[in-house]
Amino acid sequence: MEEVVKKSVFKRVWNFYWEGFRNMSKWGKSLWIIILIKLFIFFVIIKFLFMPNFLNRNFNSDEERSRHVMEELTR
Amino acid sequence: MLQSIDWSLVDWSRAQFALTAMYHWLFVPLTLGITWILAIMETIYVKTGDPEWKRLTKFWMKLFGINFAIGVATGIILEFEFGTNWSNYSWFVGDIFGAPLAVEGIMAFFMESTFIAIMFFGWNKVSKKFHLASTWLTAIGANLSALWILVANAWMQSPVGTQFNPDTARNEMTNFFDVLFSPVAVNKFLHTIGSGFVLAAIFIIGISAWFLLKKRESRLAFRSITIAAILGLLASVHLVLTGDGSAKRVAEVQPMKLAAMEGLYDGKEGAGLVGFGILAAKEKREAETGEEFIFKFEMPKVLSWMAYGDANHFVAGVNDFKNGNPERGILSIPEKMQRGGIARQALDDYKRAKASGDTARADSLKGLFSDPEFLENNFKYFGYGFHDDVNYFIPHVPITFYSFHIMVILGFGFVLYFLIFLFFASRGELQKRKFWLRLAPWVIPLPYIASQAGWVVAELGRQPWTIQDLLPTVAAVTRIDSGSVIVTFILFALTFTVLAIAEVKIMLSAIKTGPKNEGGTR
Repeated sequence: MEEVVKKSVFKRVWNFYWEGFRNMSKWGKSLWIIILIKLFIFFVIIKFLFMPNFLNRNFNSDEERSRHVMEELTR
Repeated sequence: MLQSIDWSLVDWSRAQFALTAMYHWLFVPLTLGITWILAIMETIYVKTGDPEWKRLTKFWMKLFGINFAIGVATGIILEFEFGTNWSNYSWFVGDIFGAPLAVEGIMAFFMESTFIAIMFFGWNKVSKKFHLASTWLTAIGANLSALWILVANAWMQSPVGTQFNPDTARNEMTNFFDVLFSPVAVNKFLHTIGSGFVLAAIFIIGISAWFLLKKRESRLAFRSITIAAILGLLASVHLVLTGDGSAKRVAEVQPMKLAAMEGLYDGKEGAGLVGFGILAAKEKREAETGEEFIFKFEMPKVLSWMAYGDANHFVAGVNDFKNGNPERGILSIPEKMQRGGIARQALDDYKRAKASGDTARADSLKGLFSDPEFLENNFKYFGYGFHDDVNYFIPHVPITFYSFHIMVILGFGFVLYFLIFLFFASRGELQKRKFWLRLAPWVIPLPYIASQAGWVVAELGRQPWTIQDLLPTVAAVTRIDSGSVIVTFILFALTFTVLAIAEVKIMLSAIKTGPKNEGGTR
């Protein structure tokens, strides 16, 4: 019984979002296209190609990272 | 440190951060402010049942949606920059930044994504009260997100509640509540939220005035102006009060910034507050007259009174910090450089003692970093040990001074502006006041300028610090090729400019369409 209720809540939430997106106005759809393009540019192009995390990429452990920063702070 | 640093790398990294932060801040304050106004408008709808209020709420909600959609995730670029361009800083701040930003991420994701969806998709699908609760929770969620970012920023201005760990080269939080409730953080949050409110109110008045001029949606425009003027007036008075509180905190923890904000080179008792003035060029000031201003309008003794609650209190100037003022107990920059140098040397010695296996010496040196006397006399000035030019530790006075005064003048102007609109609205004369209606759309950029100027004061006024007195930009930056920073600077400038243009174009189109498609049925 509890499982039925849970499924029903899950389904209702799913339907809520599904209906919302399906019946979205033209300007709402345009905005979502802008959001998706923007997220692609930010997370795929910028993050991976241009903005890697310097310490994570160049050092394997926190110990190595702290040693590097210590060198930077005391050189 | 200085022998091998590429200064163009530091400058481009700073420019890039400034560019992205300023663009990001084009979108944020409207979101912060308008969500509260939407919640209040919808509350009136639920209380009165008048469908016009629903139509009005839905119209402004649409404009909020455009701003939110274009602005969302623009702040993530700043986090990318921390990892790429400011890796020393990111490591050094440790969990102080990580904890608030993690809470912000969770709050932003769960609260905003859930309740914004209900705000937009939930009309006629959930009960009126549930929808209203979602609108309020969106406002609270958006502003709580801002809280955590501002707490992190406040810590950079006034690092409290932490201890430096020489083993990891990181700061560790010793008291979360000291960080969260530091007076700088509390004032910064209240002031910033107030500025969002004022900006949103001016945005609503400007667009509503355009509707009145076009003789469209008069009832909607009248109601919007009335609500916006009332809330804007309250928020602008709040802004003046919290601005005063912020200035007091600056006097306490960043007195050099206060001196730069007021263009005060030589400290004095009973210092006056400069309402506005034109600063003398540096060469002229030093070579000829010694006067700080070519022209100024000054209120005698007011700065001393506002900053310290005593009209005759001494307010230190830039030169007092530069050269020191033993009579007032102010250390000179060279003295701080020496003390900071000792702290840096102790860290270096500790690192070497540990590496050579000299545990006795290492233990003794490590003890310094928890010794209150060493912390107070040396580690407090750690960042001064990174540079040997006194002038490096002085912020750009003219930019700080003019930005501060532009912000303050506009802030007081907004109080007057809201009073005028409230007066006309209360007398039912809005339609007749063509001059003010024509002016209102052109006023919309002004709170954006004031808000940006405020951040310029906050950030440029504390240069060269990324963390006040502990870490200057020269030590915080990642040693990468400056060419790559220039490339990403251009990339960000293009991306954000396209986004800003898209925002304006879509917003204008939605405004021209008006609320005609917004159903107002009960």
